[in-house]
Amino acid sequence: MRILKKTLLGAIATMAAITTPALSADSVKIGMITTLSGGGSALGRDIRDGFKLAVDMRGGMLGEKKVDLIISDDARKVGNAKQIANRMLKRDKVDIMTGIVWSNLALAVVPTVTKAGKFYLSPNAGPSKLAGKGCHKNYFNVAWQNDNLHEAAGQYVNDKAHRNVYIMAPNYPAGKDALAGFKRFYKGKIAGEVYTKLGQVDYAAELANLRATKPDAVYFFLPGGMGINFVKQYAQAGLTKTTPLFGPAFSFDEGILKAVGDTAIGVFNTSQWNKDIKNAANVDFVANFKKTYGRFPSLYASQGFDTALLIDSAIRAVDGDMSKQDDFRKALKAAKFQSVRGPFKFGPNHHPIQDIYVREVYKDGDNITNRIVGKVFTNHGDVYAADCKM
Amino acid sequence: MTFYLFLEQTLNAFQLGVMLFLMAAGLTLVFGIMNMINLAHGSFYMIGAYVAAYVSDATGSFFIGVAVALPVAAAVGMAVEIIALRRLYKRDHLDQVLATFGLILFFNELTSIIWGPQALFVAIPPVFSGSVELIPGAPYPIYRLVIIGAGLIVALLMRTLIVKTRTGMLIRAGASNREMVSALGIDIDRLYTIIFGLGALLAGLAGAFAGPILATEIGMGENILILTFVVIIVGGIGSIRGALIGALLVGLVDTYGRAFLPQFLRMIFEDPSVADGVGASISSMSIYILMAVVLIFRPRGLFQAYG
Repeated sequence: MRILKKTLLGAIATMAAITTPALSADSVKIGMITTLSGGGSALGRDIRDGFKLAVDMRGGMLGEKKVDLIISDDARKVGNAKQIANRMLKRDKVDIMTGIVWSNLALAVVPTVTKAGKFYLSPNAGPSKLAGKGCHKNYFNVAWQNDNLHEAAGQYVNDKAHRNVYIMAPNYPAGKDALAGFKRFYKGKIAGEVYTKLGQVDYAAELANLRATKPDAVYFFLPGGMGINFVKQYAQAGLTKTTPLFGPAFSFDEGILKAVGDTAIGVFNTSQWNKDIKNAANVDFVANFKKTYGRFPSLYASQGFDTALLIDSAIRAVDGDMSKQDDFRKALKAAKFQSVRGPFKFGPNHHPIQDIYVREVYKDGDNITNRIVGKVFTNHGDVYAADCKM
Repeated sequence: MTFYLFLEQTLNAFQLGVMLFLMAAGLTLVFGIMNMINLAHGSFYMIGAYVAAYVSDATGSFFIGVAVALPVAAAVGMAVEIIALRRLYKRDHLDQVLATFGLILFFNELTSIIWGPQALFVAIPPVFSGSVELIPGAPYPIYRLVIIGAGLIVALLMRTLIVKTRTGMLIRAGASNREMVSALGIDIDRLYTIIFGLGALLAGLAGAFAGPILATEIGMGENILILTFVVIIVGGIGSIRGALIGALLVGLVDTYGRAFLPQFLRMIFEDPSVADGVGASISSMSIYILMAVVLIFRPRGLFQAYG
């Protein structure tokens, strides 16, 4: 097994090495490490497609400067992500890095990037460690701090007067952040707190335990394929009728809803974005995404898109001169772009201050999707900002 | 923890074990008889799941979906054997790993091109939807019982095939001494292609069955492949009986670990969140601990292959 694993890693490295584009002087070089194969690849593809859409809509440019986008697949493995990051920094000499989906990978890569004096803009992962003491002037999160959507869910479940809730998340940094965030605003009893393996497929054992504790609601954070497995098995165990499910948007994104069918209808989940938010940027984004890729965007795609818009605004502010690092950073911090989610600004730790909504899963014709039914938080930041000293 | 909960978890363990057995049976034959490490076995599982999902969506019948998925998976398996893997039997294991890993990438990308990157939806066939209350207070999904039943039937059929038929005899003979078998005038190439197709068919069956309860998504095969390798190492490479016992053992250890370890640890640790964290970590290691223990006492697995 050991040899097998080593060989696998070697194979991945070889594969990745082949896909390096030619260098060109008059462009800004952006390195994107994301998950494009294996479990969780739907998330990485959405981030990539959202980001690329923004670049393509500007004729291959961001801030009037040609974009040299180098994309590499981490297959959700920390070792790969780190190796790719080193290669992009040392050999490709990228100016900006982005793309990572998973918090455990971000924790390994982001410090490497900032230490090398480059910028990292997170389109997804927002681990608490990088928001508090571990914050850095060159690290920006364009999505959320990990706790945020779960905090909103905690508040919402609390408002709905559920007093005995069973909570579940995968056993990795974002899973811990998720349940910590939920418990920060939920004031009732915890019927059970369970951490499952990242990438787990069968939840029968957990569901049997869950039923035995008789909770009056279930809150779960399981992104990607894990969410599909869980929601299906939850319904098949006959629990949907007795115990309502709540989750963050990650547990009910477009990809998951398409795969679980009618069983998710009526479920409430929290998000900073939805495709029915009415602002010019979002209407434009949703229509173009659908036209280009033939599917509706998920929140991951919206985050990838916003990341590109932020870069666009900052490059414009320095007239394409990436050597003006301080001005570039100031421009990023100012966040002068029209986010598809509506009002958006950065807090002192370079994490978003934004509104968080609650969405309901409903059937729109043949399509199962989300609609916003209320707002939980306005201008919501995160609790770790106080520990951040830049 | 009640006795009923324990019973329910045991059923869950059997169901997981049976799924693993379907995967492991094919892999162990290929590994044991051809001495070939085939990482692409998970791809046959994925192909089975996707074809079943696609056809059952198009025809409205899950059974037609499964019926089409099986020959497709077998055909893909045999084609892969004839086109690519046949050349690798004499090569080093590392070459085989590299080549079959390449096949994983190929099949994942192909699936993405044909069906798109998003997971497919598969409904439980109406006959098997719903649940029965075998255990008081815990309605159990009928579909999961069907999987257990079907898996056990496949195990019986496999046993009959291996023990009672001429093909089975050749398979056993091929496992113990392939040169002798070919010296006796048996077309060993054809035999290998048949074994490979059979393995792919079983993997496709597991995938088709998995569709309604698991996510039919790209890369679904890799998750289960790791577990499958553990199963055949525990069970003994090349042994069908070992694959069955190994699969059930892994199913039991994994399920009990996830179900009861955190509660057990709560009695030891005072802080429940520490107990949950430690429990989650140990239970995800439990099957590897099982594998290590088995390898210490039975380095060749619980059951050695024939011969």
